[in-house]
Parts: sequence; C-alpha cells; structure tokens
Amino acid sequence: MMNTFVVYVENKPGVLTRVASLFRRRAFNIDSLTVGRTEKPEVSRMTITVDSDYDQARRIEANLYKLVNVIRVDNITNESSIVRDLAMIKVAVTHEQRSHVLELAGVFRARVLDVAPDSLTIEITGAEDKIDGLLDVLRPYGVMEMVRTGIVAMRRGAKSPGPVASASVMFHDANGQDVSYSV
Amino acid sequence: MKDEKQSSTMTGAGILWECLEREGVETVFGYPGGAILPAYDALKHSKIHHILVRHEQGATHMADGFARAGGGVGVAVATSGPGATNMVTGIATAMLDSSPIVCITGQVGSKLIGSDAFQETDITGVTLPITKHNYLVTHASEVARTVREAFYVARSGRPGPVLIDITKDAQQTTCAFDWEGAEPQLPGYRPDLSPAPKEYDEALELIHKAKRPVILAGHGIIISGAMREVRDFAERAGIPVALTLLGLGAFPASHPLNLGMMGMHGEAWVNHAIQDADLLIALGMRFDDRVTGNLKTYAPNAKKIHVEIDPAEINKNVKVDVALVGDLREVLHELLPRIESPDRSEWLDSIDRLKGDAAVHDIQNLPDNGHLYAAHVINDLWRQTRDAETIVVTDVGQHQMWEAQYYKHEKERSLITSGGLGTMGFALPAAIGAKVARPEAEVWVIVGDGGFQMTMSELATIVQENLKINIAIINNGYLGMVRQWQEFFYERNYSATPLLNPDFAKLAEAYGIKAATVRRRSEVVPTVDTARRHDGPMLINFHVEQEDTVYPMVAAGSGLHEMIRRPSPIVETAEDE
Repeated sequence: MMNTFVVYVENKPGVLTRVASLFRRRAFNIDSLTVGRTEKPEVSRMTITVDSDYDQARRIEANLYKLVNVIRVDNITNESSIVRDLAMIKVAVTHEQRSHVLELAGVFRARVLDVAPDSLTIEITGAEDKIDGLLDVLRPYGVMEMVRTGIVAMRRGAKSPGPVASASVMFHDANGQDVSYSV
Repeated sequence: MKDEKQSSTMTGAGILWECLEREGVETVFGYPGGAILPAYDALKHSKIHHILVRHEQGATHMADGFARAGGGVGVAVATSGPGATNMVTGIATAMLDSSPIVCITGQVGSKLIGSDAFQETDITGVTLPITKHNYLVTHASEVARTVREAFYVARSGRPGPVLIDITKDAQQTTCAFDWEGAEPQLPGYRPDLSPAPKEYDEALELIHKAKRPVILAGHGIIISGAMREVRDFAERAGIPVALTLLGLGAFPASHPLNLGMMGMHGEAWVNHAIQDADLLIALGMRFDDRVTGNLKTYAPNAKKIHVEIDPAEINKNVKVDVALVGDLREVLHELLPRIESPDRSEWLDSIDRLKGDAAVHDIQNLPDNGHLYAAHVINDLWRQTRDAETIVVTDVGQHQMWEAQYYKHEKERSLITSGGLGTMGFALPAAIGAKVARPEAEVWVIVGDGGFQMTMSELATIVQENLKINIAIINNGYLGMVRQWQEFFYERNYSATPLLNPDFAKLAEAYGIKAATVRRRSEVVPTVDTARRHDGPMLINFHVEQEDTVYPMVAAGSGLHEMIRRPSPIVETAEDE
C-alpha cells in the first residue's frame, strides 16, 4: 500500500541527498518526494510516498530518524489529511476539439494556462486520483506533455505537531501491539 | 576568568587541533598530503601525538582499535582524494561494528569544489551510507562546532564513524575561536531513548513465565558498559547466556551460565539451546544473519524480547514480542529489582547434557599427533596469557573463528575483531590502536597469512612507535575460510585460494622485528613465552595444518540447528591426506 510520510528536516545542503540515499540503500521504493520551505526558515518539509507494507513503513520511519538532520517523521497514511498534487498538461486540440476540452477542464475545475492554435495547456490541482481522472479523459485527444509536482500533504485540523521533537510510537511488535518509548 | 584562547583569532587548522585536544584526544593516526597540509603545519603548536601510518586504511583501523580497546573516540587524519578514499574500508568497518571514530580529511579549496581538481573526491558523498553522519566544512568559523558535533554524534546513542571533510581554505583562513559558543546544534538528534513503563511490564511477564529462556548477549553490552548488570540479571533469573562474536568478553567465559558463542560457528549446544528456547532475551545485538541462520526456522517456539538502543534494529530481521528501546545499562537497572529467581535447573541440565555430547568431538580433547592445529596454537596462547591483561586482536577468517572458540575471554574489550563487515587486514593496524589506547595491556595479533598481507605495511608503524605487540600468523597457505567453503559447497575446487607467501619471519626481521617460525605443537608454548618476555614486538609464523576446517558450521541459508558437525575422530581426517 502507499504510505505517506511528512518529514521535517534541517534546511541544510545535502539533506535531500541523505534522505534519497537512505531509500536507495535500504531498497525502499519512493513513489513521490517533494521538498519545500516551511513556516520556519531553518526547517524544510518533505512529503514522501512509498509503496510499502506496514512493517516496511515502520522501518522507514525508524531509519529516517537515524539521519541526524531529520527532526520529525509523521506517517499520516491513516490520519485525516489533505493531499494535493499539481499537474500541467499540454493537450493537442484541433479547432473543433477545443471547446470539448475546455468543457472537460471545467468539469474537473482545472484552469487553462495557455491557448495555442493546436494545443491547450491545463493546470489542475487535487488529489492524485482526480488528476488521473482528467488525464484519462484527455488522453484520446493526445497528451503532448505533462509534468506533476508530486504530492504534498497536511493533517486536517489543528492537530499538526509541526517540526517539534516529541515522543513517538514507531512500530508494532509481533502481536500487533504498539511499541512505545520516549525521546 | 575566560580562557585565553576562547576569544582569540586562530586559523581553521589551529582551531581543529585545539578542539581535538579539548575533546580529550592525545593521539591521532594519519597520513599527510596536499589538501591537509595546513593542518599538519599547525600540528607543531599542538600537544597531540601524531602517529604516521603507512596507508590511510591502517589509520582508520587504528582509530577503530583504539576506540574498541579503550572506550574513547579514535581519530584518523588523511588528505583529500586517494587519502580519503583509502579510508573507506575502515569507515565501513567501524560503521557495521558501531565503533566511534572521527575521520578528518583535507579537501581542495572551496572555490575548486566540483571542478575535478587534482586529488578532489566527493568524500562526503562517497561515505554518506557508511558514516553515522558526515560534514563538509568550507569556513574556518564552522570548524569548532563541527568537531564538537562530530565527537558527540560518534560516541552517543549507537556509536559510529563520523567524517569531517575540511577544505584547504577553511584550514588556512582565520576567525575568532569560541569553544563555549560552538555547542552542538542538533535539533533532530536524540540518542537518549527510554522504553515506556508498559514495555517493562510485558518483558517481566515473559521472563517470569519462561521455562527455557536464553540470553543473547551482544556488543551493545560492552558499549553500554553493562557487564555487571547482565551478570546480575543472568544470575538472578538463572538464565544461560549465549554470545555473539562481538559480545565475547561481555560475560565471563568461565561463568557457569556462559554457553559460549552462537551462530554459524557456534558450538552445537549453544545453537540447539537457542532453537529449543521458549524465550530469547536479546541484549545489545541485532540478529545478524551469521547469528540466526535461516530466519524461517529460527527459534520457532521462542518469544523474543529485544533490548536495543537503535529503534531501526527492532523487527528488522526477527519479529520480537517486546522491544525495550534504550540504553542497555539503564534498562537493566529498571528490570533488575523486579526479577524473580525461579528454579531453572531442568533447563540448564538439558543444555549440559548436549554440551557433554559435543565436547568429545573437540579437537582440544584429542592427543597431540604431531600435526600443528590452529586450535592448539590458540588454546596454548590462551593458557599462557589468561592471567595477564591481554587484548587479542583478530583478523577475519578461520583463525578468527578458532580464536572465538578456543580463546576464553573473561573480560570486556579483550577481543577486538571485525564482525559485521568482516574486513581482512583489520588485525594488525587495529592492534596498534589498541596498544596506544591501553599501553599496559599485552596485545596479541592473531591473523591469517592472507589478511596479514593486506596491511602488513603497518609493521613499520609498530617499529616507528616502538610498540610491544606480539603477532601470531596462523599460516596455512590458503585463504582458509574461502577454501573451506570451496571444500563444502564447490566440490573442492580451490579456485584462487592457495597462497604464495614470503618468509614472514625474514620479512619481520627486515623491519627489525624479532621473529620465529613454529611447526610443532611442542614449540608453541616456549615460543609464545619468548615473545612475551621479549622487550619489543615479535612475530611468530605458525605453520598449521593446511586443510583444517572450522566446525561446527551452519551453512548459509540453513537453519541454526542444521550444523555440519565435527567428524569423529578428527585425527583420522587429518591423516587421510
């Protein structure tokens, strides 16, 4: 299954390499990794999605914590959260097709960024399946080019802990019980 | 009153040595070169003793041996490019065995980084996966904090190697030196973990319910300094103790509850006890594949308790029922007052019965038939040195396993060996580090003829530093362990394993090291005694049985109970040839 991690890291050179290298070295497959600034200039925030089973997800979390520059890891897979991906899609359109495609974009609440005689460039933001849905209906027209940012994610409500170190439940034991410890 | 140096202006190189001194460093192992020259120039103002090695790999193993023998942090220094890449094997060795070392490398000037300049290597990139953490320092003002952080990270939590790569200009330029103001700033680094109370309750319940428990004692006991606590725990709960290779010495070999080494070359009764157990209590060990054999059949009826400081080790190889994440010594302090003392004589007796069965196959119980066996050499060496404060430093291969079987370690830090990475060439330089850390100890290198030739250039370092180190080469003319695998699994096709060797005694003499060659068992004890009495290093070249085999053996992928046992009697096997 897809696991989504929010990872707070020190905003320092080379930290992205350390995180990426960890996933490569431990043979975890990254599906998507995004990184950007946060409300604190000294902290960067990554959203990482990984195709992994439950045990692997726990190992990923524990291994991320082993990186000295990693401040906090939250596995928000089973949390109520907002997940967004952004895509720009360039579709080939003839004069006759243009209005159809504009109509489809409207249904998906996508924006048109650029109109050319034989193409349309559309921007769409949303959960991944929404973007996949738009792509499916655009494909018959001919998708000339596409770029996606990868997902960013945030917990709903005021629950988000932010980049603060604190106690964490990191894994379950052989009986499925939480193994806890304090930091 | 403020320290005079606290606010003075210094070069990055000067700050480097000053910070090392403040971290308690008295000796570093290194090799100079272009990009580290400013640091070597500034060394003249430092009280630190620099030991010139013959290869940078040697410097890292020396730092490692220093750390393992003395419990401090070892320091190795090298230049950029090839100097730095030569350190890679030693860093990986320290990483897999959780050994705290700090490696300092010079780097080309910061303006030249990325230009493929002469002797430029991205060593922080190269060592990323084999260091606990690493740093690239491009300004003199970053030196102090980086050194303080590096030492803190190296020795705290689960220890490991840290590399500091310092550009030439960062060494040369000056800045204000402020030790107090350069405190570590590591917001994400939390080495001090402790288990939640309910984990203790669950662990105690399992311990008190168990009928056939076994303690698995690892390197973490020694790192944590929990020897006393483990002994109290085992004695109070009446639980037998099996040790990993790196755990040897953590629990006295002569203790009635000591079963001996477990795993691939563990004695049969140890592995059977683990397979029959209903509870395994893993103390500072990580269920390495050399210890578990096939995971599918590993201790199938046992509940497992894992006491471990590194959360990433929990459930990595073996799923456990209770995990106590934290410092072993502290965890045992919590557990000890609550441990009950049930009668476990039935369980201990059943292990003893297994032991009696295996002991008759033991080469040590067989008469001297004129052949010199490595097991005899090592056992005789143990008998001669057992009453002294001895550190044995072994290399990797057959001799390493025989040492683990036949040298009985009573105390922690009396065996230094490369376990996780299995680095041939480790022993000789690591022994130099061990001797520097504990000059009063008697240091013995036990090394194969293959591994010795990988780093024998450090003989010169021994002479240069006038170190009293005794070297026992277990010379069988083969890469013995590889040959053994070829014998068992490749139809005796001894591909590339026979060795053409120099006369090691003459080689030692060329360095000015006293030497002897031994071919008979009767010569072992007198020659060992000569070496012990000799006022300087001595090398003994033991010509041992060429096609001898380490038994028992759990083949890779086999279950821990599926051992290739010693043939009985072994004497006939040897004379068949």
